[in-house]
Amino acid sequence: MRTIQAAALTEAVARLCIQANTYLPADIVAALDRQRKAEPWPLAKETLGLLWDNMKLAEQTHMPVCQDTGMACVFVELGQDVHIEGDFEAAIHEGVRQGYGEGYLRKSIVGDPLRRVNTEDNTPAAITVRLVPGDRCTLTVAPKGFGSENMSRLGMLKPADGVEGVKNFVIETVRLAGSNPCPPIVLGIGIGGSFDKVVYLAKHALLRPIDQPNPDPYYAQLEQELLASINALGVGPQGFGGQTTCLGLSIETAPTHVAGLPVAVNVSCHVTRRATAEL
Amino acid sequence: MQYKLTTPVTREDLAPLRAGDTVLLSGVVYTARDAAHKRLMERLDAGEPLPFPLEGSAIYYVGPTPEKPGQVIGSAGPTTSGRMDAYSPRLLDLGQSIMIGKGKRNQAVKDAVVRNGAVYLAALGGAGALMAGSVKKLEIICWEDLGCEAVRRLEVKDFPLTVILDAHGGDLYESGPAAYLASLESKEG
Ligand code: SF4
Repeated sequence: MRTIQAAALTEAVARLCIQANTYLPADIVAALDRQRKAEPWPLAKETLGLLWDNMKLAEQTHMPVCQDTGMACVFVELGQDVHIEGDFEAAIHEGVRQGYGEGYLRKSIVGDPLRRVNTEDNTPAAITVRLVPGDRCTLTVAPKGFGSENMSRLGMLKPADGVEGVKNFVIETVRLAGSNPCPPIVLGIGIGGSFDKVVYLAKHALLRPIDQPNPDPYYAQLEQELLASINALGVGPQGFGGQTTCLGLSIETAPTHVAGLPVAVNVSCHVTRRATAEL
Repeated sequence: MQYKLTTPVTREDLAPLRAGDTVLLSGVVYTARDAAHKRLMERLDAGEPLPFPLEGSAIYYVGPTPEKPGQVIGSAGPTTSGRMDAYSPRLLDLGQSIMIGKGKRNQAVKDAVVRNGAVYLAALGGAGALMAGSVKKLEIICWEDLGCEAVRRLEVKDFPLTVILDAHGGDLYESGPAAYLASLESKEG
């Protein structure tokens, strides 16, 4: 049994909130760099160049890459041999409060979905915990903007819809989203599970670097095909037209019921943020 | 084409602009998002004056991050404009000339743009740090209780924007992708 102080969680979450909002992950940077060079359509190339400049400027001036510094989604992989000394969830919320305050990040959370009063400190965090073997605690902060979140969709398809049904659903989602989610986009796709589980799969898929294919060759192939189909739509950066509509996508799957084929698409943007620390 | 414009603008200033053109905008720009638009409507309904002059004005849909000491503004990219669709036609009919945001607008907004000789310009979505560089001065002019949604008076210099909806019915979100796809076909053919 290993003991981790709640204060250490707070400190790590605060730091990760600022880091994630200021520096994009290496895989997203690499994809932007590749596409700004490869894009054939002039306005699209120019636009990708500006998005690149923005990313660099944020890095140099320690400013948030995007003003929507998001809802603080915190994913915890908690070793089952870890004992947390103190209140686990409260420690994470406190980390968000400190990170968003000290980092001059935007406070975008309302405490109630209908009465809509801003909590003024971006809490609460959206916490997802998974128990894993071992005595480590891995924290990932993935701030999520809602311009793209609002374009996400869930479909309870029929088994007969098959892989074509899944492809059509994903492409339709991108088409409906159009210019709203600040393309070039990044997609997390969940297939299988249940009504609630499939959404978690889609969200979790966004944590996987986009240069890392699904370990199952069947799904790695499906990822490739979907990416090619999306980038043939012509939406382009910011929806101005062009080749680069999607920087990358990840599929996660789970066993499902004989009668169902759930599919969920979590839409994210070129400001797909995640920062990880291990305690 | 690239145009340089300074606010307040006239119908004549905007007439040459076509979807896909770029604009470097200077002068005063007011910020307002959902909550501020709702309050603008309440003032109009009550017959009260608005907090800023609408004639020839530019409204930027943005909720910036807090400015650090010594900064004029924090990150300041656009929010999704569609949420303002319910309010924009009324403001355009009353004199607003430029809307700045990102993403699709509905038919009522497109009609109001044409009817009033206005324009809808896109700022770069997700390029908050870059957009902030064009803001030279910031002053909160009302509804401070709305936090990042409070109405701010910005003075901007060469704010880089792209024309989405023009006064002649053009829409870059339709014509841009169509032109790109047509270029592929002509290559193949
Ligand atoms: S969709 Fe992404 S890039 Fe666009 S405003 Fe939201 S967080 Fe920023």
